[in-house]
Amino acid sequence: MSLLKLDNLETYLGQYHILQGVSMSVEEGSITVLFGRNGAGKTTTLRTIMGFNPSTTGSVHYHDQKISGIPTHLISRKGIGYVPENQGMFSALTVEETLNLAKAKSTGETEEKMEWMLELFPDLKKFWSKKSGLLSGGQKQMLAIARAYINGDGLLLIDEPSKGLSPIMVEKLMESILKMKEKTTILLVEQNFLMASEIGDYFYIMDDGKIVHDGSMQDLKEDKESCQKYLGIA
Amino acid sequence: MEVFINLLVNGVSTGLLIFLLAAGLTLIFGLMSVLNFAHGGLFVWGAFSGAWIFKETNSFLLAIVGAVAVGMVLGWVLERFLIRPVYGNHVRQLLITLGGMLVLSESIKIFWGPNPIRVNLPAWLEGSYQFDGIIIIKYRVFVIVVGLLLYLALWLLLSRTQIGLMIRAGVLDKEMVQALGINVKGLFTFVFLLGAGLAALGGALLAPYSGVVFAEMGMQYAILAFIVVIIGGMGSLQGSALASLIVGVAGAFMAYYMPDLSLALNMLLLAIVLLVKPTGLLGEKGSAV
Repeated sequence: MSLLKLDNLETYLGQYHILQGVSMSVEEGSITVLFGRNGAGKTTTLRTIMGFNPSTTGSVHYHDQKISGIPTHLISRKGIGYVPENQGMFSALTVEETLNLAKAKSTGETEEKMEWMLELFPDLKKFWSKKSGLLSGGQKQMLAIARAYINGDGLLLIDEPSKGLSPIMVEKLMESILKMKEKTTILLVEQNFLMASEIGDYFYIMDDGKIVHDGSMQDLKEDKESCQKYLGIA
Repeated sequence: MEVFINLLVNGVSTGLLIFLLAAGLTLIFGLMSVLNFAHGGLFVWGAFSGAWIFKETNSFLLAIVGAVAVGMVLGWVLERFLIRPVYGNHVRQLLITLGGMLVLSESIKIFWGPNPIRVNLPAWLEGSYQFDGIIIIKYRVFVIVVGLLLYLALWLLLSRTQIGLMIRAGVLDKEMVQALGINVKGLFTFVFLLGAGLAALGGALLAPYSGVVFAEMGMQYAILAFIVVIIGGMGSLQGSALASLIVGVAGAFMAYYMPDLSLALNMLLLAIVLLVKPTGLLGEKGSAV
């Protein structure tokens, strides 16, 4: 069953036509990966879902309810957590304050969610009173993911979590994201094919603001021609 | 010694009055990136409405409450109808808030006429305290106590409450705060009303302090408050408190020892701070407290 459905989205940023008829869906309980080169429109797709860059035409449905056209804070309150590309850290707030803020308008069992996140990312407990701006890149990413999950565990939109992280940290983070699939649905934007293909169930490939290929991740891994054609992987 | 203590008390009390104006200004700038030149207009409306209510009712407490209410109502009108349509556009904000300042100042004359109005001290705050030949005016002590209590209340609001946490996060990343389900527009309105109320309170407290109110005093104090906000670090409440005290105390001493240079002092302080630490004394991206 589709949890999220994007239908023919057209989004402009100023004079630039970024999303040119994007349609896709995310199945409940899955990890769907959105691939594409820089500037393909992946981040804009997530920002359009969140209402930061509203589309001029097309629609976004979540749980069969139209969410396009409503303010971002109301989209979030429907249970959608967002991890931006730059992690969106509140650098002067501590880990504790950041996670408490995530609980403020959270949906569901916030204490349970908090406990699970601290179990999944023990570093956050270790640096509980540390300002988030002083955390390492990997810890910041963990905090950003925990904050998004505590805020809204219906669907997580995660934008390039592996960016700028060491291979060991990326592996650790991906293991955690895979575990999170047990309790939530994830739409992941990634450029790191090797890593994302290990955890993803479905994929979409974007190019120049359009979806150019999609299907199951297993099929993509076996389809060398598409990998070469769309992702430049031999 | 007597002169020193008197100047110190004068400086601290003046500094805390400036702080009431600067606190709202710095929070509004920090959260909303709005340089609100109309803030001085709210201050002058607080001064006049407070003075008028006090004269009519002889209740200073009612005068303060009434002035704060007037400031908040005007603040709501300003935010909702003038500033909200120009969020994100600094040039328009500058023009519209400057215009708002002029309209607020000039409209005072419609209600209270063009001439300055004398304001008396409330009877229970008249007189002075005397210790070893040192005379300290009661009302100044009152202003210091109120100023410190308000600073403490603001600090507690920002550092110990959930709405304070939201404001501090909003200063750092408004978009991310929205993504956490928080209504940033509502937060903006709350901060704006808080700032407007503080500005009006500052005006209401200043009226008996200076003994006279006039329509142009808004601009005069708004400039001081802007200097304080820049010296302290834009968006930092503690920075504004520290800078208010520095400007108030330095101003009091300068006016006594070198009156000819007292006008240049604030500009000199501003220039030194900007040269040595361009982000202001306690200015650091994202530290609202």
